[in-house]
Parts: sequence; structure tokens; C-alpha cells
Amino acid sequence: MTQILWNSRILCVAVILFAIGFVTLLLNRNLLKKVIGLNIMDTASYLFLTSLGYINGRTAPIIIDGVIEPERYVNPLPAGLVLTGIVVSVSVTAVMLSLTLRLYKRYHTLNIDEIYRQVHLEQEEEA
Amino acid sequence: MKQNPKKKNSFFEHLREWDEGNFDLTEAAMGELHPPRPERKHQNMDWVHHHLVRMEAREVSFFEHLYPFMAVILAAAMILFLLVVVSEMPAFGRADTPTNTSVVIKRYIGNGLEETGAVNIVAGVILDYRAFDTLGESHVLFTAAIAVFILLLQEHDEKEKQQDLRILKNDLILRKTATVLLPLIIMFGVYVILCGHLGPGGGFSGGAIIGGGLILYSMAFNTGNLGRVINMRSYRIIVLCALLSYSILKCYSFFCGANGLHTIFTTGTPGAIFSAGLILPLNTAVGLVVACTMYGFYSIFTKGRI
Repeated sequence: MTQILWNSRILCVAVILFAIGFVTLLLNRNLLKKVIGLNIMDTASYLFLTSLGYINGRTAPIIIDGVIEPERYVNPLPAGLVLTGIVVSVSVTAVMLSLTLRLYKRYHTLNIDEIYRQVHLEQEEEA
Repeated sequence: MKQNPKKKNSFFEHLREWDEGNFDLTEAAMGELHPPRPERKHQNMDWVHHHLVRMEAREVSFFEHLYPFMAVILAAAMILFLLVVVSEMPAFGRADTPTNTSVVIKRYIGNGLEETGAVNIVAGVILDYRAFDTLGESHVLFTAAIAVFILLLQEHDEKEKQQDLRILKNDLILRKTATVLLPLIIMFGVYVILCGHLGPGGGFSGGAIIGGGLILYSMAFNTGNLGRVINMRSYRIIVLCALLSYSILKCYSFFCGANGLHTIFTTGTPGAIFSAGLILPLNTAVGLVVACTMYGFYSIFTKGRI
């Protein structure tokens, strides 16, 4: 089992990176750090996907000297999928950061517990 | 160089203050941007709630002490579970895995050069075989930009106030470096977009490089003349034209391809700059959308307007 894990160590790194992002998301009360944790999880999934498409001893899928044998190049499909993922991740990060900025402008804190407390107080005041 | 006497303008003045220990960069910027919250009207209500919240806090304190440990244990369990899954998966770098022996892979590499004319197979896949996917990506980016604008676009009186508060306003080193680097960055971005079908690159990466160059200019020269070139109106026109031309060109291509009609976009000589049919114009459209959106994000986050 150790030998198998060492042979696919890049996948193990992706798994550990994913867990690091998950713990960051769980443990931090700061909204900005939660966004950073989500981005680490995104990065881990990109690493996982790209390493699935890699084949030992082959080159990038850019045709050289007109050689079009599939045995010469790595899998081009995960690269395209990861490109999609990166764009979506950038968009989601931008929207999350702007929501965080709006929350900060209203409550003057990034701590999510404090924000919950103030929202609670406001609701009580209205009622 | 104009100096604002009331504010510390240069980076080094801030650095000295920070070194002496009586200035926190982030605190100062945030504090000046957002004055402290005004006092609540209902003081007695506040007092009652304060005590209520503290009472609740005493009850949940056991859970709060347990929470970090539980989170770490959960993550460790997740790592173990996923490592077992990894050990069951095909080994890294093998050619005989189900992912790498799929029929589409052979088709993409074997016939990609002939069918799309793109030397870069990935560009051929994302902008020819799966072009609707990339159109969707551009729309995701555009939608995110719209959402950010809705959330953060500010009125005129607020924006005047914020313009004085940016820290790196008159930094000499930044300005000189930007003057030297900016043409190179923009040129490199254009090269990456135009050669997307011939090598590594494409609309997304080239657009991100150009957007980075525009952000550098905006940081160094306080927007300056850039506001005349890229403002809200031109942003709308550029992005709309890029997305529309992408959709129309690709619809034409799919229509002709599905019905076996003759198209005016031929694959041309592989390796030439004007080859690979529609990939070059589509890359340009995507690059325009990405560059404008990157700069738009920066501009809206710092100044509240584009």
C-alpha cells in the first residue's frame, strides 16, 4: 500500500491539500480566510484532475513535426476541463469577496460570529 | 510630484511609521475608509442582549472547545478515506487507465490537426470540438462581473472621498517600473492570444496577462488616461460585441458543419498564424472579455467604479 501511494504521490498531495482547505474553511471565523480556504480546495481539485491526464514519458499535446500518433502525447481533455474550473473559481471568488466587502461595510467586522450576533440584534430591534 | 500635505503619500513614509510601531497599514486603510459604527439608540436593549449573548456563550463554550478538535479529526478521517480511494485507483502516469484509453482521446489527437487545423490540441478541443463549453465559461465570467457591479457600484459622492485614500498614489519606483514593463506585458499578452492555436496560450491566459498590465497601470498612475479608454460604456460595448461575435461565429460554424455545407472558414496550413479556422477570432473574443473583466474587478474593488 505504501508503494502504491508513493507511486501516485501527486494524487496524495492533492488529497492532503483538499483537507487543508477544508480545515481552513471550518476553523477560521474570518470571512476572508474562508474564501482562501475554498480557493485551496479548488486548487487541490485542479491538481487531481490534471494529474489524472498525465502519462509518463509523453509530451504536451502540441503537435511537433506533424506526428499525430496518440501514443506520443498526454491526455488533452483534463487540461480543457481544468481551464473551465479555473474560470468558474475566479468568478465565484470575485462574487464572494464582493459580498464580504458589503458585509464589512455594514457591520464593520469580518468575524462571522459577530456578524450573526449583530444580525440577531437588529432582528430583535425590529420586532 | 504632487504631495498631499495631510496624508502620508509615499510607501516609505508608511514603512517608517510601521517600523516605529504606531501605524498598521491595513488598519489605517480600513479605518479611514469606514468610520466607526455610530452608537446604538437603544442602550438598555443593547445591555440586555449583551448579557443574553454572554449567557448563551457560557452554555455553548463546551461545544466551542470541542469544535477545533472535531474539525481536525473530521479532516484527518477525510484524508484517510481519500487515500484509501487513491490506493485503489490506477497508478499515476500509466497509459492504460480508463481516462487515457478513451475513444475521444484518440480521436482528438489523431484527427485534431486535420479537422481543426490547430497545432495546439487543447486549443482545438476547447475552441472547436467543445466551443459551447468555452462560450459558457465566458458567460460565467460576464455574469460574475455583473454581480460584482451590482454589489459594489457606488454613487458619485462616495467615490470622490475614496480617491484620496489609496496608499501607493505617488510612488516613484512603481511608476518608473510600470513605464518600462507595461508595453512588454501588453505585447506578451497579445502574443499569447494570437498564438493560442500554435502553442501554449489562448484567450484566457492572454486576457489575464493583459488585465494584469492594465491593473499595474491603474495602480501606478491612478487610472489617469485609462479611464477614457475603459469606462463603463466601453466595457459594456467590448464585452457585448465579443460575446455576440463568438456566439454568431460558432452558430454559423456548427450549422454548416452539421448540415455538411461549405464554410468560408478553412483550416488552412497548420502552423501559419492565419490558420485553424475560427480559433483565432474566438481566442481574441475570449481574451477581450477576460482582460476587461479582470481590470473591471480590480477597478470596482478599489474605487467602486470602472
